[in-house]
Amino acid sequence: MIAVRRILGLLAGIAAVIGLDWAGRLGLNPYIYGVLVLCAINVILALSLNLVNGITGQFSIGHAGFMAVGAYASAAYTVYAVPLLFGPGYASSAWLTAGAFLLAILVGGLASAVAGFLVGLPSMRLRGDYLAIVTLGFGEIIRVAILNIDAVGGARGFAGVPQRTNLAWVLGGAGITFVVIRNLMKSFHGRALLAIREDEIAAEALGIPTTRYKVTAFVIGAFFAGVAGALFAHYLYLHTNSFTFMKSIEVVIMIVLGGMGSLTGSILGAILLTALPEVLRFASSLRLIIYSLLLIVLMIARPQGILGRRELSFPKRRAPEAPRPTPAS
Amino acid sequence: MSPPLLSLQRLSVTFGGLKAVQDLDYDLEAGALGGLIGPNGAGKTTVFNAITGIYRPTSGAILLEGKPMQGRPANVIASRGVARTFQSPRLFSDLSCLDNVRIACHLHGGVALADSIVRSPRSEREEREISIRSEKLLETFGLAKYSSSEARSLPYGEQRRLEIARTLATEPKLLLLDEPAAGMNPQETQALMHLIRDIRERYKLTVLLIEHDMKVVMGICEKIAVLDYGVKIAEGTPEAIRRDPKVIEAYLGEET
Amino acid sequence: MQEFFQQLANGIAWGSIYALIALGYTMVYGILRLINFAHGDVYMVGAFAAYFLARALGVGTITSASPLMAALVLLGSMVICALLGMAIELLAYRPVRRSSRITALITAIGVSLFLENAGILVFGADPKFFPQVIAPRTITLPGGVLVTNHQITVVLVSVVLMVGLTLFIQKTRTGKAMRAVAFNRDAASLMGIPTDRIITYTFALGSALAAAAGFLVGLTNPKIEPLMGIMPGIKAFVAAVLGGIGSIPGAMIGGLLMGISEYMVVGYLSSTYRDAIAFVILIVVLLIKPAGLLGRNVTEKV
Repeated sequence: MIAVRRILGLLAGIAAVIGLDWAGRLGLNPYIYGVLVLCAINVILALSLNLVNGITGQFSIGHAGFMAVGAYASAAYTVYAVPLLFGPGYASSAWLTAGAFLLAILVGGLASAVAGFLVGLPSMRLRGDYLAIVTLGFGEIIRVAILNIDAVGGARGFAGVPQRTNLAWVLGGAGITFVVIRNLMKSFHGRALLAIREDEIAAEALGIPTTRYKVTAFVIGAFFAGVAGALFAHYLYLHTNSFTFMKSIEVVIMIVLGGMGSLTGSILGAILLTALPEVLRFASSLRLIIYSLLLIVLMIARPQGILGRRELSFPKRRAPEAPRPTPAS
Repeated sequence: MSPPLLSLQRLSVTFGGLKAVQDLDYDLEAGALGGLIGPNGAGKTTVFNAITGIYRPTSGAILLEGKPMQGRPANVIASRGVARTFQSPRLFSDLSCLDNVRIACHLHGGVALADSIVRSPRSEREEREISIRSEKLLETFGLAKYSSSEARSLPYGEQRRLEIARTLATEPKLLLLDEPAAGMNPQETQALMHLIRDIRERYKLTVLLIEHDMKVVMGICEKIAVLDYGVKIAEGTPEAIRRDPKVIEAYLGEET
Repeated sequence: MQEFFQQLANGIAWGSIYALIALGYTMVYGILRLINFAHGDVYMVGAFAAYFLARALGVGTITSASPLMAALVLLGSMVICALLGMAIELLAYRPVRRSSRITALITAIGVSLFLENAGILVFGADPKFFPQVIAPRTITLPGGVLVTNHQITVVLVSVVLMVGLTLFIQKTRTGKAMRAVAFNRDAASLMGIPTDRIITYTFALGSALAAAAGFLVGLTNPKIEPLMGIMPGIKAFVAAVLGGIGSIPGAMIGGLLMGISEYMVVGYLSSTYRDAIAFVILIVVLLIKPAGLLGRNVTEKV
C-alpha cells in the first residue's frame, strides 16, 4: 500500500520536474534558466556537505574534490564507455540518451563514494582543525591529480562532453538528495550521527560505533557531491578550475549561511549564494569585496546563519506521532 | 564459583611520567554495589576511563565476567554491557530528552541503512518500538514531562537523572556512576540513594560508584576501595574503611 | 652532485621565506587555536608596502641602491604590516574569539578574500616590478654552486630575525607572557597577564615577519601581484604543521624542510609537481604524526 503510494509519488515528481523544465525553457530567458540549474546543483552540494558538517559535526572543507571526481568519472563514462555500450548512434533515441545519462550520474556518484571512503577512512581519526586541513589537502591533491590525466583533457579541460543536464535532471537530483538526507537524519541512524555531533565520547559510551558512522556520512556526502559533479560536467565546459579550494569554501559558506544542521537552511543558503553574485553583478569590481565583508559581518553578528539548526516549517498536516504508553500500562 | 562480574588485575595507567593508577586490584561480584573513593586526583575517574575504553591501560587486565576487555574500543566495551555516567553530565544538549534515550537504544535495536533511507515498514516499526521503550524509561524516572524538551533546558538534578536513565536503555550489566551526588542537597542525595538501590534491584545491575559524599558511600556501598595518588591504600566494608587509620590520614579527616 | 647542492642552496633560500611566514601561522595558532587564513595575504601586503616605500624614497634605481635605504624600506614595511595585523585581530578576530572554530575559520577566509580583492582594486591586478633596492650580483660558491647576493641576503636577514624572535620569546617578559598565554589562556589571565594585549602583540610580530618575507621575496622574485600570497601562504602553513603547529622552532625547521623538499622535487622530478609536494607532505604528516616534528600530543581530558 505504502509502496504503491510512494511509486506514484515518484512518477508524479518526475512528471513535475519535466513540466517545470519545459515551462522554464519556454518562459524564462536562458540566462535565468542557467542560474536556476546552477542553483539546484549547489543545493545538492550544500545538502550533502551539511550531512557531514552540520549533522555529524565533522569539519570537512574539501568537498570540491569529490565533486571533481564525480564530474570527471561521469564525463569519461559518457565520452568513452557509452558509445561502446549503447552503440555510436544512441543519441538519436531520447530514451537511450536519458538512460545513458542516468547511468553516467550513478557512475559519478559511485566513483566519488569510493574516493570518499579512501579519504574518509584514514581522516576520521583526526579531530577539528586537523580534519579540516586534511580534507582541504585531499581536495587539492585530487584536483591536481586529475589535472595531470591527459585522457580527460588535463590542463585544457575535457572537451566533447555532450550537454545532457537540464532543469528537470537537476531538480530531480536535488529533490532526491533532499528526501534521502532528510529521511536519514530523522531515522535511527540519523540520531547516531547527531549524537556524534553533540558529544562523540558519550555516543561511544552508549555503544555507537562512531568511526564507522563518520566514514559512512562522509561516503554518502561524497556520493551526492559526485552526483552534483556529474550534472555539472554535462552542463558547462569541464575544467579543473571549477573545483578549486574556493569552490569548497563556497559550499561551506552556503551551509553556514543557511544554518549548519538545517536542511532547508542549506537549500536557502545555496540559492542565496548562487543568486547573490548575479544580483551584485552591477558592481563587479566591488562585488567580491562586498561579498567578503558580508561574510565577516555575518560571522560576527549571526554565526548560526539564517535558520540555525531549525528547519523552515510550513503549516502542513502533521505526520502521525509514535504512540504514547497509556497511564495504565 | 562464578568469576566476579568485574575484575581489575594489577591495572596501571601511566601518562608520560605520571602514574595515574598503579597496580590496582579490585573485584566486584555480580549484583554488588561497590565504591571507589579517594582525594581529588587520586585516579578514580582514570580507572573508570580505563574500564570503559577511553584510555588504554599501560598494563594489567580488566575482566568482565571473566573475559578480558582492556584496550578494546569504547563502543565495543559498551556493547558487552558496561555503561557509565560522567562527572558532569554529558548529555546531547541540543537534542530532546526522548532522543537522548532513543539514541541509547542503539545497541539493542537496529535497521539497515537502506531501510532507514526509504522508510520501509520495518524501519517504521523499529522506530515505534524504540520510542515506546524510551518513553517508558523516561516515565520510570519521572522525566516524562520533559520528553520533547531540549536536554540542556533541564534543571541540573533532572539532567543527572536523565543521564542515568539513558544508560539503562543500553541494558547494561555493570553501571559506573561518576560522582552522581555532586551538587545535590541532602534531600536530593537521599532520593539518589533510593534510586541507585532501586535500579540495582529492578534492572539486575552491578554498580560501582565514585563519590566524595560520605553519606552516600557509607550508606549504600558494600565494598569500598580507597585510592590515593593512584595506589589502593585500603579496601573493605564501610565500617572497616571508616576505622582504617591509613584512610583517615589520607582522606577522611572530618566527616562530611 | 653539484645539482644537489644547487637545489639545496635554492631550497634554503626559499625555505627561509617559508619559515618567516610559517612563524606567523604558528604563533597565532598557538595563542588562539586559529588558522589565520589571511596571513598569506599579509605577506602580500608586505611586499607591496615595501614596493611603494621604495618608490617613494627613490630607492632602487641603479644609482641609489644602498643597504641603508633597503633596511629602511624593510623596517617600514614591517611596521605597516604589524599595524595591519593588529587591525585585523581587533576588527575581525576578537569579536569571534568565543565563537566556534568553524566561525573563526570562515571569518579568517573572509579577511583573506577581502585583502586579495582590495589588493586587486587598489594595486591593480597586473604585476608590478619590485625595484632593485640592492644591486644584484652572482656569486660562485665552492663546488660550482651559483647563488645571488639576494639569496644570501634572504638567508642572513631571516636568520637575524629568527634569532631575534627566539631571544624575544625566551628572554623578555612579553615573550614569556606570550608563551604563557599560548599554554593556557585562562590561567595566564588569572595570573594577571593582559591576554588581549599579548594577543595583539603576537599578531603584530607575526605580521611583521610576514612583511619581511614579502620584502625578501621582492628582492629575489621581483614580480609581485595581489594574489601572490595564496600559494606561499598554503605552503608556509603546511611547513608550520610539519614542524608542529604551535611550536616556534618547529615553524623554522618546517619552513626550511619545505623549501628544500620543493626544490628537490623541482630538480629531480618535474616542476609541475612543485605545488603538489606541499599537499603530499601535509597528508603524510597528518596521517602519521599530526602533532608534527616538534609538536606536543594533547590528550583530551574526560
